[in-house]
Amino acid sequence: MKTHRVKGLFNNFEEAFAAVSDVRHSKVPGIGIDDVTLNSPIEHPEVEEVLGDRPAHIPKFTLGGATFGLVFGFLFLAAAQASFLVQPQGGKPVIPLPSNFVLVYEMLIFFAVWTTFFAFLFTSGLFQRRGNLYSEKVSLDQIGVIVELNKDQLEPLRKLFQQHKVLEIREEEIR
Amino acid sequence: MVIEKDINEQIKWAQINSDVLRSMENPRKAYWITFFVCIAMVACAVVAEIYQYRTGLGPSNLNNPHMWGMYISTFVFWIGMSHSGTLLSAILHIIHADWRKPIYRFAEAMTTFSLMTAGFFPIIHLGRVWNFYWVVPYVSARGVWPNFRSPLSWDAFAISTYLSASMLFLFIGMIPDLAICRDNARGFRKKLYGALSLGWVGSDKQWRHFRKTYLLMACFLIPLAVSVHSIVSSDFAMSIMPGWHVTSFPPYFVAGALYSGCAAIITLFIMLRYFFRFEEYMTLAIMEKTCKLTFAIAMVWTYLNLIEFAATWYGHDVYSKEVLIAKATGPYAWIFWTMIFCGSVVPFALAFQKLRRHMPTMFVVSLLLNLSMYFERWMIVAPTLSMAMEPHQFYIMYASVVQWAIVFGSFGWFGLLFLVFVKVFPSVSMYEVKEMVFHRRRLINEEAAAKFHRRSGDPQPGAQPA
Repeated sequence: MKTHRVKGLFNNFEEAFAAVSDVRHSKVPGIGIDDVTLNSPIEHPEVEEVLGDRPAHIPKFTLGGATFGLVFGFLFLAAAQASFLVQPQGGKPVIPLPSNFVLVYEMLIFFAVWTTFFAFLFTSGLFQRRGNLYSEKVSLDQIGVIVELNKDQLEPLRKLFQQHKVLEIREEEIR
Repeated sequence: MVIEKDINEQIKWAQINSDVLRSMENPRKAYWITFFVCIAMVACAVVAEIYQYRTGLGPSNLNNPHMWGMYISTFVFWIGMSHSGTLLSAILHIIHADWRKPIYRFAEAMTTFSLMTAGFFPIIHLGRVWNFYWVVPYVSARGVWPNFRSPLSWDAFAISTYLSASMLFLFIGMIPDLAICRDNARGFRKKLYGALSLGWVGSDKQWRHFRKTYLLMACFLIPLAVSVHSIVSSDFAMSIMPGWHVTSFPPYFVAGALYSGCAAIITLFIMLRYFFRFEEYMTLAIMEKTCKLTFAIAMVWTYLNLIEFAATWYGHDVYSKEVLIAKATGPYAWIFWTMIFCGSVVPFALAFQKLRRHMPTMFVVSLLLNLSMYFERWMIVAPTLSMAMEPHQFYIMYASVVQWAIVFGSFGWFGLLFLVFVKVFPSVSMYEVKEMVFHRRRLINEEAAAKFHRRSGDPQPGAQPA
C-alpha cells in the first residue's frame, strides 16, 4: 500500500515522457509503471507507448447496449402491436416486420449511444475530487506526472524529476 | 505552388485558451441587438401560434389538399440543417481530417439547435397540438393505436434518437473544454462549469476512455443521420402521390441535408470569425476546404435532381409528369427556377479561389444556397399537394401571415439558442485546436520528432522496430 502521491509538472511531453520512461526502467526502485498517471491538456497519441496498454472497456458496454436495443426494441414494439388485435387488420400482419426493422434500427442506436455515454461516465474516473495535487496549469499547457509511492522513495523521485527539468513538484499523503 | 497552412502551428496553447475564453466574456452591443431581434422574432411566432391554437388551422390557410404547407417544408429544412454537425464532426473525425477541429463545435451545436427547432413543426402543423403524443408507441390501453406502418411514427423515433445522440455527442466533446472553463471562471460560472465538467482532470485514463467514447458515438451518429433524413423522405416517398413516389428520394434528401448544413456552416463560420475575431483559428485555408466540400455536395445534389427529373420524364406515370411540368411552368415556377439557379449555378462561385477567399461574397453565396434549399423543400411539398390525382382538388396555396410568422420565429429561436450557446460554451474546441497545433508542429520539426521517439524507447523514424 503506497503512502504518498507526488506530482511533477513538466513543460512539454518530451520531458514528461522521459521521466516516465526512467520510472519504467526502474530508475527509482520499487516504483512500477502501474503507479504512474499522466495528466495532459490534450490527448497524446503515443501515450500508450510510454505507459503501456491500459484497458478501456467501453466498446463492450456499447455492444451490450446495442444488443439490448435490438431485442428490447423488437419486443416493445411487438407488445404494443399485439394489443391491436381488437382492431381489424385488413389482411395485414399484426406485427409488421419491414416497418419494425426501421424502428428497431433506431432503438438499437438509441440504446447503444446511451449505454456508451453511461459507460464513459462510470468507467473513466470522473466524479472524483480533484484534490491538492490538481493543477490548473494542466488544462493550460503543462504536463503532470503523478506517481504513487512510499516515503523512502520520495527523494529519488524528486531527483529524477529534477533531472528532467520539472517545473513544480507537489506532494500529498494518501489517507 | 505554396500550400497555405490550416493553422499557425507556432500559436501558444495559452493563447488558444485566452482567445476562446475571451469570446465568452462581456457581450458587445451588436450581440445584444441580435439577441433582442431574435427574441422579437420568437415573440411573433408565439403570438401567431396562440392565435392559431385558439382559432384552428383556418388562419394558416392549411386545408385539404394543402395540409402541410410551410410547416412541413420548414421542418424538413431544419432537419436538413442538422446534418452539418454530423458531417463535420463525425465523418471528418473518422477520416482524420483534422482541419475540422477549429470549426466542428459550432457545427455540432447547430445540429442540436436545428433539431430542437425542427421538432416544433410537426406538432404545430397538427393544429390539435395537445394530441402530439399519439405517435408515441406505448401499449394502447387508451385506444390511441399509433400506426407503426406510417413513416410519421418512424419520424418520432428517428428524430428523438437523433436529438438525444447529437446532444450527447456535443456534450461529451465539450467536457475537456468545460474543465478549462472551470479552471478559469469565478463565481456562479465556476460552479456551473464545475458541475458540467464532471470532475475532468485530463488523466490518461480519462483521455483513453474519452477517445473511445467519442469514436463510438461518431460511428453511431453517421448511420443515424442518414436514417433520419431517409425516414423524413419516406414521409413523402412511401405515399403514392405524384412527384413523391420516387426511389431516389432518400439519397436526394440526405444530399440536400448535407448541402444546407454545409452552407449554414459557411454562414456561421464567417459571422464567428468576424464577431469573435477568430482569424487565427477559422483561417482562410479552412474556409477554402469547407467551400470545396460544399461545392462537391452541391454537384451531388444537382445530379440527384436531374436523376429525379429524368426518372419522372421517362416513366409512364402521367400524373407525376404533369406535376413535374407544373413545377417548371406553373404558379410556383419562379420558386423552382430560383431553386435551380441558387442551388446548381451559384455554387460555381465556390470553384474559384478568389471568390472563396472573399468573405462578403461567400457570406452572400452561403445565404443563397440556403435559400435554394428552403425553396427545394417548398417545391417538394407544395406542387404535389396542389396538383394531386383529382383535378377538382387542384388548388394553389400561398402561406398566410400566421404561417410566415411561425416560420420566421423559428429562425429567431435557432438564433437565440445559438447566441446563448456561444456566450456560455466555447464555440471553438480548445483542446482539439491544441492537438492540431501540436501535431502540425511535430510534423514540421523532424529533429524534435526524432528526439521524442528516442526518449520514448521507440525506434528512430524509418527504422525497423526491434
